[in-house]
Amino acid sequence: MMHLQSKHLLGIRDLPKSDITIILEWAAHFKEIINRPIKKVPTLRDTTIANIFFENSTRTRLSFELAQKRLSADVVNFSAASSSVKKGETLIDTVNNILAMKVDMVVMRHSEPGAARFLAENVDSRVINAGDGTHEHPTQALLDAFSLQEKLGDLKGKHIAIVGDITHSRVALSNIHCLKKLGAMVRVCGPTTLIPKYIDSLGVEVSNNLDETLEWCDAVNMLRIQMERQTDANFPSLRDYMLKFQLNAERLSQLKKELVILHPGPINRGVEITSQVADSDQSVILEQVENGVAVRMAVIFLLAQGMSRS
Amino acid sequence: MKPLTLLDQKQLDLTLNRLALELIEVHGDFKDSAIVGIQRTGALLSKALVDKIRLLRPKCKPVHGLLDVTFFRDDFGRREKPLQAFSTELDFPVEGKHIVLVDDVLFTGRTIRAAMDALISLGRPAHVELMVLVDRRFSRQLPIEPTYTGKRVDSIASQHVDVQWDDKGFKRAILFDKNEKP
Repeated sequence: MMHLQSKHLLGIRDLPKSDITIILEWAAHFKEIINRPIKKVPTLRDTTIANIFFENSTRTRLSFELAQKRLSADVVNFSAASSSVKKGETLIDTVNNILAMKVDMVVMRHSEPGAARFLAENVDSRVINAGDGTHEHPTQALLDAFSLQEKLGDLKGKHIAIVGDITHSRVALSNIHCLKKLGAMVRVCGPTTLIPKYIDSLGVEVSNNLDETLEWCDAVNMLRIQMERQTDANFPSLRDYMLKFQLNAERLSQLKKELVILHPGPINRGVEITSQVADSDQSVILEQVENGVAVRMAVIFLLAQGMSRS
Repeated sequence: MKPLTLLDQKQLDLTLNRLALELIEVHGDFKDSAIVGIQRTGALLSKALVDKIRLLRPKCKPVHGLLDVTFFRDDFGRREKPLQAFSTELDFPVEGKHIVLVDDVLFTGRTIRAAMDALISLGRPAHVELMVLVDRRFSRQLPIEPTYTGKRVDSIASQHVDVQWDDKGFKRAILFDKNEKP
């Protein structure tokens, strides 16, 4: 097993495939650990990690914090409303102040695309991107890939659909890069207004027909409508959206196969997915949450392994 | 220095025989005892040991597990070679058990320290013993000594002891200078 080539986890686009494979292999070890009676190992007892969240998060932040604690790292948390901090000197200053307290690694969520890269280039610390605006959310893509591998095995040649608000979704973009690198066939599905113009450059199929997409795919990743990021009227009404793109039992019953159903959360029950489907046996939504901790442990562990300890 | 063979297949068989009998003497029918091999090469040795016990006493059915200590090591981030993890396979409760930890080579004692922590993270064993195939004497960095020993050797830090296995099982145990790896 090799070291990661990357010093930071900023996005999936520039992450070598070998790094993805290493992270997913280690995640399996950590999943075994978090299912033990004592779920904690002492590996990172000399490492301090700051979780800096300029944007709201429940799941991701809890998941990162739990991953860090399971590895015995010291954790400090910092949150700021997105309006109070702007990209630029202020961000570097904020982080440098935190680093001055001898912090080794920073996990950051920020509303500005590219904020994590900007930080990595300007401060002396390992940086993990926990979501930068509509750009990337690499750990989500890695945990989705891990969850899919658990159900489908090798993803090479598998058909994976991502349905919903693609334009505003960093989960979609990271997932597309990750799945493509692992050899999967990817299709995005949603209203044309919620599919970005640059989609052709990503090498994915595009569809506006959910039923036809469900026929095509082995697994479907349902995304929520990101109301907080909508600035224009991108679809006539929520009811119209639900009629065309809601994953419900009726749609699934028309298929002759079992699909693996993912959702990165938070779920808007009754909008993009019905409760019946979200809570069904085909859904791996809660497994994704569990796998999230294991995958984040792997990322933190591997990045920490490359740090100098003189 | 030419590599020195510490144990060949014939000698290992004799040594394993003796170690197995010693364990049977102390643990009887292994009702409350378990044999736990440390991944990776200690695990191979522990399998051979369990097979030997079953051969000598077919009624003995020692519980057998494998323990990975990667995440409990004290040299994380200080090693040149990246760590490699293996699976921990213990499908019995450690709580209250008499555990025999098995490893192939005892050198500084740090792996065994990590193994004890890894074991205790799974529960509180009643008793922990240590069995090693090769004990490199006078090289301990921690106060750890084996309960059962296959062979004792005197060696210096620039030397290395390698217990080699292939598909068929144990091949040999050799001592050599690190810069003259055979």
